[in-house]
Amino acid sequence: MTAGPAIGARAAGAIEGIELAGASVKRRRRGPGGSLAAWIIFIIGAVYFIVPLIGTFFHSIRTRPDPLLAYKQVLADPKFAVGLGYSFAVGVVTIIVSLIIIVPTAYWVRLRLPRLRPVVEFVTLMPFVVPPVVLVFGLIRTYAAKPFVLTATELGSNFLLVAAYVILSFPYMYRAVDTGLAAIDVRTLTEASQSLGAGWGRILWKVIFPNVRTAIVSGAFLTLAIVVGEYTIANFLARTQAFGPYLSQLGQNQPYQPAAVSLISFGLTWLAMGLIAFTGRGARQRVQVAGAR
Amino acid sequence: MSYLELTDVQKRFGDVAAVADFNLKAERGEFVSFLGPSGCGKTTTLRMIAGFEQPTAGTIVLDGVDITNRPPNRRNVGMVFQSYALFPNMTVADNIGFGLAVRKRPSSEIKTRVGELLELINLPDKGGRYPYQLSGGQQQRIALARALAFEPSVLLLDEPLSALDAKIRVALRLEIRQIQRRLGITTVYVTHDQEEALSLSDRVVVMSEGRMEQVGTPFEIYNFPATPFVASFVGTLNLLPASIVDAGRGELTVAGQPVRVAKRFEGGGGRSVSVALRPEMVSLGNADGMNNVTGKVTDVSFLGSIVRIRVTLAEGAVVSLDEFNEPTLKLPSVDDTITINFPADGPLVIDRAASVESVEALIAEA
Repeated sequence: MTAGPAIGARAAGAIEGIELAGASVKRRRRGPGGSLAAWIIFIIGAVYFIVPLIGTFFHSIRTRPDPLLAYKQVLADPKFAVGLGYSFAVGVVTIIVSLIIIVPTAYWVRLRLPRLRPVVEFVTLMPFVVPPVVLVFGLIRTYAAKPFVLTATELGSNFLLVAAYVILSFPYMYRAVDTGLAAIDVRTLTEASQSLGAGWGRILWKVIFPNVRTAIVSGAFLTLAIVVGEYTIANFLARTQAFGPYLSQLGQNQPYQPAAVSLISFGLTWLAMGLIAFTGRGARQRVQVAGAR
Repeated sequence: MSYLELTDVQKRFGDVAAVADFNLKAERGEFVSFLGPSGCGKTTTLRMIAGFEQPTAGTIVLDGVDITNRPPNRRNVGMVFQSYALFPNMTVADNIGFGLAVRKRPSSEIKTRVGELLELINLPDKGGRYPYQLSGGQQQRIALARALAFEPSVLLLDEPLSALDAKIRVALRLEIRQIQRRLGITTVYVTHDQEEALSLSDRVVVMSEGRMEQVGTPFEIYNFPATPFVASFVGTLNLLPASIVDAGRGELTVAGQPVRVAKRFEGGGGRSVSVALRPEMVSLGNADGMNNVTGKVTDVSFLGSIVRIRVTLAEGAVVSLDEFNEPTLKLPSVDDTITINFPADGPLVIDRAASVESVEALIAEA
C-alpha cells in the first residue's frame, strides 16, 4: 500500500523536473546575456539610421530668425509637389508594370519550369551588374535614333523612364514574389483551381495574386523607395521634374532646403509604405497563419 | 459502354514507366479505389483522369466523351487533395462556391448551393470562416464540399485522409462513403491504406510498379488474392514455403508436416510452392478435422483487442496467428512447443516458384 504514494510523489517530482527544465530552457533563451547582446545590436542599428536623420534635421532648422523657414519655403515651392507627385506616379506605374511581368513569370517558373529558376534569377540580378548610367546610355543610344525615336517626346521619355525603373525593380520584385510563392503550395492550389474549372487568368488573379499579396507589398515598398530617390536615369532622360534631379538642383543653390526636402520626402515615403502595409496586413495574417497549419 | 473507361493507358517519365497498360471500366455511381504502395502509379493514374498528367498512350473516356486531350479545367472533374488545397484568401463559402462562380452561376444560386453543401458536410455555421480557423478534418470536409458543389461527372480523391489523425480518419471515411452513396457520384479514391480501400470501395484496383495486379471487390481482393503481391500487401499474411505431395488430393508439406488444402492447385509432386495463410484462420491447440502443425513460440504481442502469437515451424516458416483478447485466454510463453490448427480451406497455394523471395522483396519495398 505504501508503494502508491511513493510512486505518485516520484511521478510528481519528475513532472516538476520537466517543468523546471522547460523553465530553464526558456530562461536560457531569454537570458540576461542574450537580451543585452540583442539590445546592443538594436541600439547600434538604431544609431546608424537615426543619427544622420537627426543631423539632417538640426541642419534644416538652422535658418534664422525663423528655424522652420526652409520647410515653409519648400512647401511653398510648386516644384516640390510636382517633383514628388511625378516620382510617386512613375513609381506606381513602375510597380504595376513590374508586377504584370514578374508575378506570372515567377509563377510559371515555379509551376512548370523550375530548371529555369537560376537563369531567371541571374537575369533579374542584371541591374546590380549593369550600373544605371550604363543602362540609361544604352536606352538613349537605342531609342534616340530611328526606328524607335522615343526620347523626342514627353510620352516617349516617360515610357523609357518607367521601362528603366521596371528593370531596376526586378531584383527586389522577383525575390519578394518568389519568396511569397515559396510559402504557398503553388502547384496544388493551381490544380485545385483547374479542377474547379478556372482558366489561367482567374487562377492568377483570384488565387495566386491574393496569396502573395504580402510579398507583392514588400516588393512594391522597395520599388517605390528606389524610384522616388533615383537620380541618374531621370536626369539623363531629361526628366528634371522628377524628385531626384529636383533635390540635386536644390542642393546646388540652397544651403538648408535640401535637408528639409529630404526629411519631408522621407516622411512621405514612409507614410506611403505604411498605407500599403496597412492595406496588406489582413492578407498577411491570413496567409501566414494558414501556412503555419 | 461504361461510365468511366481507361483503355491501355500508359505514362512514361523518360525511361521510367510510371503506369503501364492500365485498363478500367467503372460504372456510374461506382466507388473504385486504387490501392498500392508509394510509387506504384496510383496517383499518376488519378492525375491522368483529372488531366494534370497527359497519358503517353491510351484513352480516357468519361460518359461517352473522349477526354484524353482535354485540359483539366474543361473535364468537369471534382478533385480532393491530400493537403486540402483550400484557397487561404477565401472564406469557406467562397471556397465552396468557387467552381460555381467560375461557371458564372447567379450569386443567389451559389449562395443556396453553398448552404446545401455546408449542411451536407455538417458544418452549416462555418461559411464565414477562413480555412486557417478550422481543424484538418473540417478543412478536408470543406474541400470535399468544394469538389462536389458544381456537380462534377466524377469525384477524384487523392489520399484525402492521410494527413489526419486516426480517429478523424475513420469518422471522415464513413462520412465520405455516406455522401458518395447519397449523391450516387462515380468516385475514384487513391490510398495506400488497405483498410480504407477495403472498407470504402465497391471495387479495388491493387497496383504495383505501375501495373494493375488485381481488380475486384474488397471480398475478392482479401480472400482470393490473384498474385503474391496482392496477398502480401492486402491484410497480414503468412507465407510459408511448401512442397507439393499430391496436387489432385490437395496434399502438401509445410516445414515437413502434412497439410491438406481444399482449394484446387496444380503441380507435380515435390514441386516447391508457397502457402498463403491469414492469421485469423489459425487457432491455438489441436482440433479434429483440421490441419494440425507443431512449432515453437517465438513471440507473443499484445495488440489491444487481439493477441498476435508467432510460431516458428521451421527456419523460414513462421506463422502469425491472432487470438481475441479475453480475460480467460491462456497464452503460451515464448519457447513453448505448441500445436496450432487451421481449416483445409484456409491456405491458398501460390503457384510461383520464386514467390517467397519476390513477395519478401515487395514487402520490403512497400
